[in-house]
Amino acid sequence: MSRYNRHIILSEIGQVGQDKISNTKILVIGAGGLGCPVLQYLTAAGVGTIGIIDFDVVELSNLQRQVLFGKSSLGKNKAVAAKARLKDLNDDISIIAYPEQLNYRNAIELFLQYDIIVDGSDNFETRYLVNDACIITNKPLVFGAIYKFEGQVSVFNYKNGPSYRCLFPNPPQKDAVPNCSEIGVLGVLPGIIGSIQANEVLKIILGIGNVLSGKLLCYNALTSQISTLKIKRNETVIQLVLDKEHSFEKKQINIGCEIEVIEVSISEIVSEKNIQFIDIRESHEQPKVDNLNVTYIPLSELETSLHKIDLSKKKALFCKSGMRSKHAVKVLQGLNINNCFSIPQGASEIKNYIKTHNKTVSNAK
Amino acid sequence: MHITIKYFGQIAEVTNTEEESLEFSGSLISELLETLNTKYSALKNKDFQVAQNQELVSGKTELTGGDIALLPPFAGG
Repeated sequence: MSRYNRHIILSEIGQVGQDKISNTKILVIGAGGLGCPVLQYLTAAGVGTIGIIDFDVVELSNLQRQVLFGKSSLGKNKAVAAKARLKDLNDDISIIAYPEQLNYRNAIELFLQYDIIVDGSDNFETRYLVNDACIITNKPLVFGAIYKFEGQVSVFNYKNGPSYRCLFPNPPQKDAVPNCSEIGVLGVLPGIIGSIQANEVLKIILGIGNVLSGKLLCYNALTSQISTLKIKRNETVIQLVLDKEHSFEKKQINIGCEIEVIEVSISEIVSEKNIQFIDIRESHEQPKVDNLNVTYIPLSELETSLHKIDLSKKKALFCKSGMRSKHAVKVLQGLNINNCFSIPQGASEIKNYIKTHNKTVSNAK
Repeated sequence: MHITIKYFGQIAEVTNTEEESLEFSGSLISELLETLNTKYSALKNKDFQVAQNQELVSGKTELTGGDIALLPPFAGG
């Protein structure tokens, strides 16, 4: 019996529909929480050609939700590891792994080789890049994004429908919106949202049902509520993207944050002159780095304690794990306070480093 | 007029509720947002779009009552 029998016996699909699926080429951006279920279902459905682009490697904390991977994938590139798993699921289709970063130079050429683009990326920079490249290459974009217990799905750039920029014209400028690696996400949520994305892909291919174009579906896993909002095409924002087509490939990508945060390790910076070390942990947090000259400004009081910052010096911020300090640097840069760096090591590591290197460290107490 | 406001994602964290109903006498979306900014000061630092009765609107749009939604972008994947 045919592998695709359960599709073929549906009158809405049939052999004709299954052939359409076999003749379609899909590119999936990111083999993470969303990419995994999308890839799994589209591979099982027999999509003829599937491209996977991801530069990241599989980490243990990914396995909670990125269901294509197991212990044997740890440390491997996600696109390559996903391909290995999907080949076992369906060897009749063509799967191409691109273990590289999607950027402004390679996006257009890559997108032109596919029929539908699926966005499973995890940062705004890539999301706007994908959206704009879809406008320029005129490819439908199946969009999915998640936050903690909530997800958003839509189909953009489909038959002259709206794009992501018609909903959110520009990347967020205010408080950075954190991603899953920084804030956590319910493991099953990307499974649900990714499955809805895979469903939209199949509807586009088959031309059945109503494609989620011109609408944003919002799902809340805690309340099981689904809300749908209407999105109208905004010719002005789309034309702005098309007007910049000639300079598109020259743009630089800066993944992960809207403002770049420079990280410097304690060993690089500890003996620099003219530097202010700032502990941005809350006042109850231990251990205090008491063997170094430190200014204490808890993150919660940052914006009201700007007078404690020495504008004539370089500022090196640290916290417990390097995450809040990165955020704080972004906040300061947003306030036009320059020369701020984040130390990726935590307070205890910094304290130990200074203890060990005390004689050679000029900023030590 | 009577309106119900739905908050999504990070916005719901600022307001500490996913939904609230209130009586409002202003006539524009921007006036409602001003009131909400006063009530929830951290709202000023958030990016979001506003929908009225499931349609995206701007500050200049007239309030018609019914359902308002404050929708932030999500990055996660």
